Amino acid sequence: MGMGEVNKTESYRERIARRAAQEVKNGMIINLGIGIPTLVADFIPKETEVLFHAENGILGTGPTPEPGQENPMLCNAGGFPVTLVTGASFFDSATAFAIIRRGLLDMTILGVLEVSQKGDIANWIVPGKRVPGMGGAMELAQKAKKVLVTTTHLDKNGRSKIVRECNLPLTAKGSADLIITDMAVMEVREDGLYLIEVMHPYTVADVIGATEAELKIDGEVGVFE
Amino acid sequence: MTVKPVGFDKVVTVDLAATWFRDGMTLMVGGFGGVGNPPTLIQSILDNNIQNITLISNDTAFPYIGVGKLITERRVKKVIASHIGSNPNAGAQMTAGELEVEFCPQGILAERVRAGGVGLGGILSDIGIGTIAEKGKSKVTVDGREFLLESPLTAEVAILHAKKADRYGNLVFDTSARNFNPLVAMAGDLTIVEVDEIVEVGELNPEEIITPGVFVDMIVQSEGVNWRWAWEK
Repeated sequence: MGMGEVNKTESYRERIARRAAQEVKNGMIINLGIGIPTLVADFIPKETEVLFHAENGILGTGPTPEPGQENPMLCNAGGFPVTLVTGASFFDSATAFAIIRRGLLDMTILGVLEVSQKGDIANWIVPGKRVPGMGGAMELAQKAKKVLVTTTHLDKNGRSKIVRECNLPLTAKGSADLIITDMAVMEVREDGLYLIEVMHPYTVADVIGATEAELKIDGEVGVFE
Repeated sequence: MTVKPVGFDKVVTVDLAATWFRDGMTLMVGGFGGVGNPPTLIQSILDNNIQNITLISNDTAFPYIGVGKLITERRVKKVIASHIGSNPNAGAQMTAGELEVEFCPQGILAERVRAGGVGLGGILSDIGIGTIAEKGKSKVTVDGREFLLESPLTAEVAILHAKKADRYGNLVFDTSARNFNPLVAMAGDLTIVEVDEIVEVGELNPEEIITPGVFVDMIVQSEGVNWRWAWEK
């Protein structure tokens, strides 16, 4: 499915991914996290040339192989088999993170537990409950040129994941640039968090009502269909 | 008694390599999510009933895959890793106070292993500043920028997987199964590599060798992966 084709049965996850794909520009080096971020690849138009970075040591991962064609050694960082695109390369984990820390990653797309109006990200630990570890998230959040957060607006208890201050231990401070949820698109700027688009059929009032963070508005708020 | 091959032919049996496995050893393992973990050596650690391991590994894989088995079989008392989320047994043992877990950001873990492996006294990095990853680390200012001092990691025994080795231990890895393996190869006081294919010295093109054999102490023939991958139906 290409961009602009609205699928009537599109899930909220696919819609978030389709919106996130609009941020992808020609020539970018991109790392996709697990979950919704992984779906973004499906919505990037064919004519947009990008290289996907996987922190387990690949630059240039391609689509999922056909069943039966998997090479178990050739996987993305989520452990799923991938293929390669022309120009791909393999390297060790130190080099994989050299690419990140050196600032060569144009964009990373991450899921979160909480994200604050200042761009603080919490996504690796719920103390005493769920402690998966940070994996590569600290380096990705701290060093990618653009950090795109894709998440549900509310957690499973109905609480806003977009908050004034993170309550959970941080992954990185002040690192999120753009937040895309099933309700809205929000941009972190110097002077606060701006609501720039609502996801159809939500209204500006719906989004403000569902958001714990202070949302600012500058001019017209767009609608993403 | 433990013996190590002398000279330039380092191919040994798994049983001989296993004489180096000890209760309480620090063990570094190459791999990422089980990909690039050495299956035959891990099985040997289980079969030899080795206990109380301090494990240094990127992650704890999955319950029945790779290093994940060492966790599931409760052979590990402490793990230094970046991620344990794909192995629920690791989380459960940590919560129950049975497994000590030291988390380290993945790229910093790679550099700490590398630092140990290349004989450095530590590395300076700004990853995790302003987070709980700072805890217990000294801060060092260089040209006005603040860094955390990260300590090097080595291990008594390092085990890893490669696709191909010559009998001296020059190594070629397998696509994304390279990951931590070349770093781990350098950081063991004793390094044992498990390989899919052993060739004679001279058969590898020096240009394609990723890890020079000088870092490798022993080579064993792999019996292949003895688990099903999480993605296999």
